[in-house]
Amino acid sequence: MKPVPFTYVQAESVDQAVDALRAHGSDAKLLAGGQSLVPALNMRLARPTVLVDLNRVRGLDRIAEEDGGIRIGALVRQSTAERGQLVRERCPLLAESLPLVGHFVTRNRGTIGGSIAHADPAAELPLALVALAGNVITTLRTIPAADFFVGHFTTALADDELVVATTWPRAHAGEGSALVEFAPRHGDFALASAACVLRVKGGAVVEARLAVGSITDRPELLDVEPLLGSTVDDDDVRSLATNAANAFDPPPNLHGSPRYRRALLATLVERALRTAWARATETSP
Amino acid sequence: MTSVDVTVNGRTYKEDVEPRLLLSDFLRHTLGLTGTHVGCEHGVCGACTIRLDGAAVRSCLLLAVQADGYTIETVEGLAANGELHPLQEAFRRHHALQCGFCTSGILMAAADLLEREGTPTRDELVDMLSGHLCRCTGYEPIVDAIAEVAGTS
Repeated sequence: MKPVPFTYVQAESVDQAVDALRAHGSDAKLLAGGQSLVPALNMRLARPTVLVDLNRVRGLDRIAEEDGGIRIGALVRQSTAERGQLVRERCPLLAESLPLVGHFVTRNRGTIGGSIAHADPAAELPLALVALAGNVITTLRTIPAADFFVGHFTTALADDELVVATTWPRAHAGEGSALVEFAPRHGDFALASAACVLRVKGGAVVEARLAVGSITDRPELLDVEPLLGSTVDDDDVRSLATNAANAFDPPPNLHGSPRYRRALLATLVERALRTAWARATETSP
Repeated sequence: MTSVDVTVNGRTYKEDVEPRLLLSDFLRHTLGLTGTHVGCEHGVCGACTIRLDGAAVRSCLLLAVQADGYTIETVEGLAANGELHPLQEAFRRHHALQCGFCTSGILMAAADLLEREGTPTRDELVDMLSGHLCRCTGYEPIVDAIAEVAGTS
């Protein structure tokens, strides 16, 4: 297979990449890890006339502490983040998500920023970032994760804007989180996924965030009002999960009917909630 | 055309390539190193896995121009001085290959995994192999072979 011919631009700085985007507009495409873009090029689903390679841009490959949480440069490889001590300590939800992204070999090349900017509705990192209320730092501004993902492979990024980092809030004592998904084989696109972050104080939930993925065109935040003040008992969990799933009308696809996908989603929401609760109560003050 | 300088299995090459040339095709067609196999060409099958500065990567998802200045290892570089690599020996002992199409990619990924992770668990090996399609073996002999070299119980 051969991609269509294109002009190759090797950017060495963020400014050079932005200049290339300004010069070529939507004919240009940014290349980070390439684990989603290059398949699309090979199959000629993507036909950019200019390819701007970011891999030699300096300064975007660092993981640093910021406000107690972490800031991850856009070009940090998924495998680097997966092995990072800071990620495990500060952001267990991200640490749990990373091994679910693609495969061992694709994570060696795929980047955190690339996965976020690609905005696949079935991807784990966008779901985790939305569930954690993290931010996307671009060349122009800071965008809250919930506003960043607009639809299928579509983000709030302007034509000449690029992701330089993402920020992931730290987990506090009394907080528990979980990200679960179902895929026919490990590394496949998830048929449904759910992520939950709970903060527990005095034996009850005081803060909750719950998001689901793969079910619409972007990660979706769910209403968590019924959870606040609750002790996440069986009835709470089941009714919340069922109501949440029934609010969606996923189209049928190769792998399942809408009914099956809703049932799967309810199961995963329940699992994410229970796991987050168990983890939160372990560390709750 | 763009110039590419690479070291592959200890030997340096300098070639002029079209930017759209995939690294997998560069290795096979330009350099004649056909040990790297090409299956799906969209990152799913794992047959084209090579090591780029030590990291196992899909060569079908890289452009040859991106490898400029890098060091590449392919399956041809595994057997040093005519002696099979321990992974290759173990694959032979455990009948971990039949047609051999997936083998070179799995060997390169396994070599990276073992160097980086030391002794992975059997589950971690299975997890790594989820990125490699093998239609002959049923995978168990492959897990056994890598587990033996890794010292996984």
